[in-house]
Amino acid sequence: MNLAESVKIALRSLSANKLRAALTMLGIIIGVAAVITLLSVGQGVQVLVQEQIQSIGSNLLFVVPGNLSAQSSGNLRSTMATSMANSLTYGDAKAIADPQRVPDVQAVAVESFMNTTVVYRDRGLRTSVSGTTVNYPQVRNHKVAEGTFFSEEDFNGGSRVAVLGKSAADALFPDGYAVGQTIKIKGISFRVIGVFASKGGTGFGGVDDSVFVPLTTFHTKLTQRRSATGDYVVSAIYAQAVSENRMEAAMEQIAQVLRDRHDILYESDDDFTVINQKDILNIFGEITSILTIFLGAIAAISLLVGGIGIMNIMLVSVTERTREIGLRKAVGARRRDVLWQFLIEAMVLSLAGGFVGIALGAVGSQLVGRLSGSLTPVITASTILLATGFSAAVGLFFGIYPASRAAALNPIDALRYE
Amino acid sequence: MDNNVLIQMTDICKVYKMGLVEVPALCGVSLEIRRGELMAIMGPSGSGKSTMMNIIGCLDQPTSGEYKLEGVDVSRLSDDQLAAIRNKKIGFVFQTFNLLRRTSALQNVELPLTYAGISGAERRRRAMAALEAVGLGHRLDHRPSELSGGEQQRVAIARALVNEPSIILADEPTGNLDTKSGREIVGIFQRLNLERGITVVFVTHDPEIARHTRRIVRLLDGKIVGDEPVVDMRLAFEARGGAG
Repeated sequence: MNLAESVKIALRSLSANKLRAALTMLGIIIGVAAVITLLSVGQGVQVLVQEQIQSIGSNLLFVVPGNLSAQSSGNLRSTMATSMANSLTYGDAKAIADPQRVPDVQAVAVESFMNTTVVYRDRGLRTSVSGTTVNYPQVRNHKVAEGTFFSEEDFNGGSRVAVLGKSAADALFPDGYAVGQTIKIKGISFRVIGVFASKGGTGFGGVDDSVFVPLTTFHTKLTQRRSATGDYVVSAIYAQAVSENRMEAAMEQIAQVLRDRHDILYESDDDFTVINQKDILNIFGEITSILTIFLGAIAAISLLVGGIGIMNIMLVSVTERTREIGLRKAVGARRRDVLWQFLIEAMVLSLAGGFVGIALGAVGSQLVGRLSGSLTPVITASTILLATGFSAAVGLFFGIYPASRAAALNPIDALRYE
Repeated sequence: MDNNVLIQMTDICKVYKMGLVEVPALCGVSLEIRRGELMAIMGPSGSGKSTMMNIIGCLDQPTSGEYKLEGVDVSRLSDDQLAAIRNKKIGFVFQTFNLLRRTSALQNVELPLTYAGISGAERRRRAMAALEAVGLGHRLDHRPSELSGGEQQRVAIARALVNEPSIILADEPTGNLDTKSGREIVGIFQRLNLERGITVVFVTHDPEIARHTRRIVRLLDGKIVGDEPVVDMRLAFEARGGAG
């Protein structure tokens, strides 16, 4: 008896009880859908991380307020709390920019964030407004697509000029022509002088949604956040190291300067954190691995439960069809014919569940992508192959016991079974 | 070796173990069945006729004694070898038909051919021929639930016939049928025997069936207590419509 025939027989006997077959497949469907979602989102995250790293620019170090690494890396709440601390100032940035004290850093930019509403005529956009320095586009590797970034004169004079991220520009000026228009931030008019090229993605210090103004203007017109000494409080300092292999040294020099300025004796008392790309990668990796473990556990449990469900139904089916098995044996079915028949039935169940699961997982991962906005889940052929293999293996593993029970039936007893 | 001897059973014993107790079902049975015979094995329930049929049909093996089917000693063969013999040399017809539900008459008849490794057009052709031989050529695609009891049993006969077996074993084939269809079924067996020379063995307690054969073997308590020819065999298919 060939395979196509066996599959046909299996399909026929499964279609005899469609609801039961569908319910049996549910466990496999959920399990495989979880696997597919997991893998595709995971791959999407990887792609995203790579894009982010590329968009950040090479050799870039981040200095942020608060101590991320010492006590609890991964504890987001404490990170959030400490990042509110006003521990970094514009003066810190200028000190880092001093080539005498920090020889391995070649350029320094700062950024101060606030969330507010930007208004153009009757259109409002709730977004992040950043005060920053003139070299920001160069340090962050952002390109101005239209108009220009603000100049040294704008910065020193505290001009009310703004450069928009691409998404922000699109939201406020759906027809284009942002440059030259006047927008209002906290009721104060700013002239739009430039629009950034789209970077894609958001993540840390995402540029697309933001509106950029000179740091000086930011701190005089939009906020009064000052340190005890009256210096501008900044949200982040970006330092560009002279080269890839001087990153470690640059980090050490920056930390030393900041400790001096903040009167910190011990490393564990740092009120700032210097992050390089590797650290960012690690944060992403941590989030991804939590996601992976979580979804992986769902997938594993669901596949297990689904497999047990298949075994259960197959055992019921073997009992129900005892006479059929007896008859098949009487007309010449060998042990392995019966074994294969039920094994293939179990595998058809689990594979069908697997295919539905793949479809559902594809939809699910697209949904995750839609919800997260920046994430594009990637479904590869190997993902589908893996899921198919998984469900076939589940069918095989959990089908063997019922099938061998069927194969071992004595035809005389089976034929007489009521 | 006489080529006309189909089955040669010598001193067959079958003992079932029920826990610690051994229950003999057959004891010292010797029987010869020749090609082309039409016979009945009769006996009350518990006489061992089911055991006899199981052994003849290679569903079961004797505890002791020798059983030769077409000169081959089958009493020591493996399960798979027995399955092959059942497939090629033996056709079963059961009291309860034992057709596969949700499967057309044609597919039911094709079943033994499937296990014989015959596929496609050849299988279909042979199954159709077998169904035509039992007068069901017009009901190929009907499912068992759409057929009458007599028609279902005819499908079962076609299934037993399809592999051109050496012997057809019919276990109370009319037990679940009304008198009229029962007679038709017996008629089909007689016709197959007379016209095609197919060996048919009925296993029954019904003397009415036995009267339609040429030889009656009587079993009682696991032993053969009678083996005589039937002098005036009745013909079921000629009697159709007349006085049965």
